[in-house]
Amino acid sequence: MDNEPVILVENLDKTFVLRHTRSIKEYVVWTMRGRKGELSETFKALNNVSLTVSQGESVGLIGLNGSGKSTLLKLISGVMQPNAGSVRVRGQVAGLIEVGAGFHPDLTGRENVYLNGAILGMSEKELDAKFDEIVAFSEIEKFIDTEVKFYSSGMFLRLAFSVAVHSRPDIFLVDEILAVGDEPFQQKCLAKIRELKGQGQTLVVVSHDLRRIQEICDRGILLDHGNVVLDGTISEAVDRMHNK
Amino acid sequence: MSRDTTAVTLRHPGHSRGLFDIPRWFFLLKLLVRKEIRVRYRGSVLGMLWTYVKPATQLVVYYVAMGRFLRLNDRVDNYVVYLFSGIVVINLFNEILRNTTASIVGNAPLVGKVYLPRELFPVASVWVAFVHFLPQVAVLLVGALVFGWRPGPMNILAFVAGVLVVAVFSLGIGLMFAAWNVLFRDAENFADLIGMVSIWLSPIFYKWDMVAGAVPAWIWAIYACNPLSVAAELFHYAFWAPTRGVVADVPTQFGIWAAVASAVCIIVLVLGQMVFRHHEVRFAEEL
Repeated sequence: MDNEPVILVENLDKTFVLRHTRSIKEYVVWTMRGRKGELSETFKALNNVSLTVSQGESVGLIGLNGSGKSTLLKLISGVMQPNAGSVRVRGQVAGLIEVGAGFHPDLTGRENVYLNGAILGMSEKELDAKFDEIVAFSEIEKFIDTEVKFYSSGMFLRLAFSVAVHSRPDIFLVDEILAVGDEPFQQKCLAKIRELKGQGQTLVVVSHDLRRIQEICDRGILLDHGNVVLDGTISEAVDRMHNK
Repeated sequence: MSRDTTAVTLRHPGHSRGLFDIPRWFFLLKLLVRKEIRVRYRGSVLGMLWTYVKPATQLVVYYVAMGRFLRLNDRVDNYVVYLFSGIVVINLFNEILRNTTASIVGNAPLVGKVYLPRELFPVASVWVAFVHFLPQVAVLLVGALVFGWRPGPMNILAFVAGVLVVAVFSLGIGLMFAAWNVLFRDAENFADLIGMVSIWLSPIFYKWDMVAGAVPAWIWAIYACNPLSVAAELFHYAFWAPTRGVVADVPTQFGIWAAVASAVCIIVLVLGQMVFRHHEVRFAEEL
């Protein structure tokens, strides 16, 4: 694997403004009571984060809720823009922030495969070619022309995961992918991810499932309140998290 | 088999060239339009038939109230055709405005999770509006033919120009409203308000010369150069003027109005795109 950086994050800051109200009425009332300052508060989600990911690396982002993992992923995918610092990527990023983002309950499985595939950047030709493979992987052939709202949550996730792994982006960003379906299907997903990794796929994964993430990732980054606490191997990161 | 990306330069994710990027995403655009239409008519017995039922009802009600009760039928030849060609314009405008305004908020799960050029959603809304517009034009054509419609090339051209004016104007406003709607949901109500007013402040029910004499010159100038007035007049020229017994009375200054209205449309579209891009960076966190 060459060491060409595919994700370059430099001195990244991200601040959120949490507004408590938008209505004129409350704005006036709060201002008159001298509580104007409480109308909104800012919250620093990421603080001076820098990291480099090379092609073919598999990186696990771990940390407690609110540590900034998902925000970092959103900044890398371009869904959000930083307040300071910069993010640069090379090639096509699959903005797969969550499995099944963009699935619509009123469309059939088939329609959703096409819609979701297109959202993840696949062309019509690619989708036509891979459609059978996608459905076969998800093992829900019988229900492919049923509306997704009638699917069980397991079936839904299987199909969504299947579309995602077949979209083959240059950089794969995944938020909580590992809770897909039952144990046998999870094993199948893991095998698929390992296969992609073997082919030099760059992966950035966010998960709370520390056992699973160790099976997938080589490198681990531990975040705490928006700061990078540790950037090393995945087992170092997991150990550090356990010891806190 | 991951592609070799070393030849590709580093770029900042989440930046697009706005509307110019849309053609590249044509396939997704098509699917978004299909989704939108499927979702709108889910569980509906009449389905797409509603696109005929609604304007037909509108036409009958307005014709009875305006044409008969207020006797506009006696003052304007072939009033039904006159009325409907205007209604079709306003319906297109209102639907584009309403759809685009709701487009970003309505696609919140996507906007917040996957990066796509966000202009895709308003543009898909415009397309959906056209899917509803074409059946209305078909009905209008049938109606015009009954009244002896014999168009020349200029009339057809006027139709195309009218469609362009409405589409560009409403997309421009819609882009602004879509962005504001993310910050303040008031935008949807405001769009409804504009829709309510627009049908009265353009020559749909009455003729333009009834306005000219009734208001000060500067108000008349604004009225006449309003893209919706120009579009309505273009449609009148396309569908109503070439029907039997109508003496076309194209306003002498129409060329100037049309030129100003076209300029307004382009300015509004550019402005809309700028406002949209300005707010776009915050869409994901505000939704």
